[in-house]
Amino acid sequence: MVTTLVASRVSPGRVGAVIGRNVGALRSGPSYWIVLLSGFFEPLLYLLSIGVGVGALIGELTVGGRTMSYASFVAPAMLAVSAMSGALAETTFNFFFKLKYMKTFEAVLATPVRPIEIAVGELVWSIARGSLYTAIFLVVMVVMGLAEPGWALAAFPATVLVGLAFGGLGMAVSTLMRGWQDFDLMGTGQFALFLFSGTFSPVQDYPVGVEVLIQLTPLYHAVELVRGLCMGMLGWGLLGHAAYLAVLAGAGVWFASRRLTRVLCD
Amino acid sequence: MADQPLIYARGLVKRFGEFTAVDGIDLDVAPGEAFGFLGPNGAGKSSTMRMIGCVSTPTAGELRILGMDAVHDGPRIRARLGVCPQLDNLDPDLTVRENLVTYARYFGLSRAESRRRADELLEFVQLGDRAGGKVEPLSGGMKRRLTIARAMVNEPDLVLLDEPTTGLDPQARHLLWERLFRLKQRGTTLVLTTHYMDEAEQLCDRLVVMDGGRIVAEGSPRSLIATYSTAEVVELRFPGMPEAGPRFAAALEGVGKRVDPLPDRVLVYVDDGDAALAEIQRRGLEPSSVLVRRSTLEDVFLHLTGRTLVD
Repeated sequence: MVTTLVASRVSPGRVGAVIGRNVGALRSGPSYWIVLLSGFFEPLLYLLSIGVGVGALIGELTVGGRTMSYASFVAPAMLAVSAMSGALAETTFNFFFKLKYMKTFEAVLATPVRPIEIAVGELVWSIARGSLYTAIFLVVMVVMGLAEPGWALAAFPATVLVGLAFGGLGMAVSTLMRGWQDFDLMGTGQFALFLFSGTFSPVQDYPVGVEVLIQLTPLYHAVELVRGLCMGMLGWGLLGHAAYLAVLAGAGVWFASRRLTRVLCD
Repeated sequence: MADQPLIYARGLVKRFGEFTAVDGIDLDVAPGEAFGFLGPNGAGKSSTMRMIGCVSTPTAGELRILGMDAVHDGPRIRARLGVCPQLDNLDPDLTVRENLVTYARYFGLSRAESRRRADELLEFVQLGDRAGGKVEPLSGGMKRRLTIARAMVNEPDLVLLDEPTTGLDPQARHLLWERLFRLKQRGTTLVLTTHYMDEAEQLCDRLVVMDGGRIVAEGSPRSLIATYSTAEVVELRFPGMPEAGPRFAAALEGVGKRVDPLPDRVLVYVDDGDAALAEIQRRGLEPSSVLVRRSTLEDVFLHLTGRTLVD
């Protein structure tokens, strides 16, 4: 129902124009390219330092009855993190800046474009950015022997879904941000997700209470889905993770467009 | 259809919580007209403009733009509007030209057509040589011209300008006025807000004065002056002002239609300045300086909205 409601009000051309603004920014000079490229390196550096470096001390790991190198365990998680940080960077910092300081959206809303079309356009763009990171990351994984090419291809659509979910979440959060101080708060939250979502150690190793808490948060589902596909460990549980992410994406876009309307169209 | 007003409002109200920004106004703006909203800060001009721009929803009343309902046909109306907001919201991440091309795309124009119009409009606002540069280094006047060019990118039937020349130097203002006048000559309907009386006199065929969310006067600049002021104003300074002001004001009673004592001078509203001066001399008053000038919209404005400072 939500999809039909959204589809009836969203014009692909206008969504395309919202995306086009960001392409225009790339065409306007080097500054945005630098922002874009810098976001790629963090997960890669973690993979090399912790996955490979610390992994050499840890040796092998047995998860779900399967033994693997520690780097193979960490790599899919870093892939999910890449998808998350690509989408979040775009929908938090950039989105907030356009909303609050540059008044970009205010200018856009004087045209036929609607708030929902801004939300969808910015989300698609954030996934494009996230997918650029994950595609390169997957190539790195295959080259390093951390994933089979076939499973790497299968994992790619999952990373797109991860981007959608975090893009939606990021946009929703951005519309509630009061100022830059809130970004520190968000950064801390994002870092906590990054450390504890089954990224560096299996969540089963935590006390049950903590494990349940982690299972409520989004990056856990992202990591489980992406890892399952990268490792070729298929199961019905993956559908559950995918459903969680899809709901998060939809709810995020819906909430963000509602808030844009409230903030800018009063 | 030809006489159908471009903007039609009846009992238009905008409330923000307890605060009433626009308190039941009626408007009729004809095609091709240049229509102005005049008023002090907080009079409700910008709120009215945002409703006409179909960005903000009226709390009550009827509002039809270009024959369509402002609440239900927002996107279709906005497709035919050009909006120049009070504060420039140009995109600093984009080049000057890209600002226009990107904006044209929001109206569904093809990339080729968007580029063509961008280049044409950059020439129109004399920014062709800055096309490839960023927005940031442009002067205030250039940014305003670019914003106006952006508002023209969809070849609108109606252009809304919220304080188009606030903060600009005289050269920039005159250039902008000249460009706006050309738009008007092409038949584009202009609706603008301003608190510059000279701007209103320069550009507007007809205007309304707003105060406290209501329309307190309406007419052409000349008819407003005729109705709410006199043909001429005599400005007098006397030795010993401001203390002596009230005494001189009393002595000037009856010289003109109205006497307005200010701290630094006394204004006498008269039909014939020379006759008034003769009368002042006959009464034995000796002002230290005398200025006879034509009445302006500013006199109307201050008479209608008072001299109290609005913050």
